[in-house]
Formats: sequence, C-alpha cells, structure tokens
Amino acid sequence: MAKQYQYVNRESEVACIKVEEGNKVSFVPLDPDNTDYAEILKQVKEGTLTIKDAD
Amino acid sequence: MSKAAELANLIGNINAGGGGVNRNLLINGAMNVAQRGTSQAFAHDGTTNTLLIDRWRFFINGTDELDGTYAQVADDPFGGNGNALKWTTGTAESAIASGEYGYFTQKIEAQNLQHIQNGNSNAKSLTLSFYVKSSITGTFAVGLYKGDNTARIFNKTYTIDSANTWEKKSVTFAGDTSGGGIDDDTGEGFWVNWHIFAGSDYKGGGATSGWTNYANNKWADGQATDAVVTTAGATWLMTQCQLEVGQNPTEFESEPFERTLTKCQRYYQVLVDGGADKAIGVGFYWNSGEVDYTHRFATDMRASPTLEQETGNGYYKMSANNDSFNGFSAIQYVSTRSCNLYADSNVSGTAGFASDIRSRDASSFIAFTAEL
Repeated sequence: MAKQYQYVNRESEVACIKVEEGNKVSFVPLDPDNTDYAEILKQVKEGTLTIKDAD
Repeated sequence: MSKAAELANLIGNINAGGGGVNRNLLINGAMNVAQRGTSQAFAHDGTTNTLLIDRWRFFINGTDELDGTYAQVADDPFGGNGNALKWTTGTAESAIASGEYGYFTQKIEAQNLQHIQNGNSNAKSLTLSFYVKSSITGTFAVGLYKGDNTARIFNKTYTIDSANTWEKKSVTFAGDTSGGGIDDDTGEGFWVNWHIFAGSDYKGGGATSGWTNYANNKWADGQATDAVVTTAGATWLMTQCQLEVGQNPTEFESEPFERTLTKCQRYYQVLVDGGADKAIGVGFYWNSGEVDYTHRFATDMRASPTLEQETGNGYYKMSANNDSFNGFSAIQYVSTRSCNLYADSNVSGTAGFASDIRSRDASSFIAFTAEL
C-alpha cells in the first residue's frame, strides 16, 4: 500500500504532515532536523512525492 | 588477551584522549534494547530499510530475490545469555548485480564526536571492536563514513576464519586531518558500516588504505564475499560493538539496561505498545468534539519527533466516559521536549472535562521517532 501524504492545518497554519499507510498513521513536524521531514522535502524537490492540501 | 595487555591498551587509549567510562561512541553495542520488537522480515519487494534493534539499521538496495530476517537473538560470545544482532537469509539472491548492496549501520550524532577533532591536525585515532559469527567465512568490509563538509570514507577489512564461531575483530582508523570536520550539531556525524554484500559499482574505488573523499565505488570497498545473501539459510551475527578513541581495543564497556535505554530514547521512544487499558496520559476536551493531550517525552529527543501510531476502530479512549476514538488526528506544538496530540474525530464530551486516556486494543501503538 502506497503512502499518502497530506498537510494538517491548525489555526490556519500547517502543523505537520500526515503520512498514511493503511492503519499506520504518522505525523511529521516541520522541523528541518527531523529526518522524515528532510526526506519528504527531498522527494518533493525531486518530483517523486506529492503532498495533498489540508482538508 | 592477558590482563596486563588489557591494562596496557587502556592506558594507551587514555594517553590518546580516550579510555575511561563512557568511552564507547556507539549506543546499544550489546544489542540489548529493541523497542520496535525482536524480529523483522526483509524482502527485495517489501521492507528494505529499517531499524529493529535500537540504533542499528539494516539497508538493502536493488536486490531481486532476496528475503530474510533481521532479529535480536539470545546468543552470547561467552556462552551466557546476552544478546546479538542476527541476519538470516531466506530466499537467496541468485547473483549480486553491480548496483546491489546491503549493510548494517549505526549513525553517531555529530555533537558527540567533537572530542575526536575530526578534520584538523589533532584528529584522534579510533578503534572499532566487535564480535562476529557467521555461517559464511571470508573477508568483509567495515568502515566509517561522514557526510558533513567534504564527504569522507575509510574502510577496513576483517576476515571470518571459522564458520559458526564467535570471533572478536578489531580495526583502527587513523584520525582524519582533512575534509572540513564534523559540524557541532544534532545531525549525522559518522556512519559506522558493516557491509554484508556489494556489487561492483560500490567497491574497487580505493577506501581501505586511509581517509579519502567519498565516491560511490568506495562505499563498500574491501567487501570480498557476498555469500551471506547468496546462500539460502546463511546467518551473520554481531554483538559487543565498541568504537573508542585510541589505537587499542579495550574490553567491551557494559552498562545497565536503563542507561542504554535512555540513550536510545533520544532517538526513539514508545508511549504505548498494545493491550487494553494501558495508560497514555491525562487529556481533556478542548471543546465538545476535540480531545487534547500534552506529552512530555521520557528524555529530550534529538529533533522534534515524528508521531507514529497504529489506528483502528476504537483503539484509544477517554476512559471516564468510555469515549473511544480511532487515533490522534495530529501532533502540534512539538519540540524536542514535549508535544500536544489532539483527536477531533469520533470524540464527544463536555469542554474542560478531563480524563485519563488509555489504549483499548492489542494493536494500539504510539511512538515518537527522531532518528538520524
């Protein structure tokens, strides 16, 4: 099952990125020192990952 | 090794700026802490990169048939009940193509390496020692890589002489006086790599005679056998890994389990791991449709962590009014010390009403990760 990425907004600002893979749901904070976030940014830059807008 | 020789080694390392307690730059070298579980299946078309035993990552790339298991096992070099890391090949890889490789690694946080003076004329030598046992004999590569500033690499080789027999190996890396050093931050310092197999694109570049600027063909330079993964049922085990300042291997530095666990929790910590009525913390209804919970991490984490959770029908609950929900909706106000979790789906209560939050299912799971 492919991972799905979506921004989560809180008080009109992005709070984190939701990563959903079946029942496994992760939330990645926007911290450049967080290696999950760094990897997401890298893949977005390479064009291999798309993050959906927040609901 | 005689006691006199051990003492001489220790004194030599102290004179070189090492020795003493806390001399092991690696964490969980005895493979005792495994918060994620004790076994992980690997396959070319499935999991190819994961940490199982805390701080110890296994990575495979490009394989076609390979599957196997990465596990924490009770297997002690001295016949006791200590732990080891173990790889067991299931389906063997038919042949290692040029772009295929696999290795175990531990990444050391950069700020914990400032005392080795990497990148300047005072750079200190490091000695890596470990016990290894494999059903496959032959020559393997083990090495240090650092990415800060100019990426640099230095590999050594060791030979497994007897199949299925614990052997102690040690290699010494001269200090690296070039390459711009390691930044004093919370990022990656060294990768300490135990290579298991490598295709021709990743060796032959010349990384075994000293520190050199990185290129892909130096990554696993020195790796001479791939038989661990090309042989069905082959095993490779390792434990009591120690990287220390100095030119001599000293006896492995044992430490209490809780001390190792605390070190590991800087990078990964579990809040709840299955079962009914396992306490998570005290939450409250922010409004009638949202539960908030503020969590203080067991120890400060390396970076603001990712929240990992297993969700499912009614996996969690506000216990006082038995208000179950599937999972938290997000993490917010997160730092290296604390965070706030909220659930705004499938909850209903009176604003301001507080209650303890508990797990409800055998699969309920919440953890925080700030791995390198």
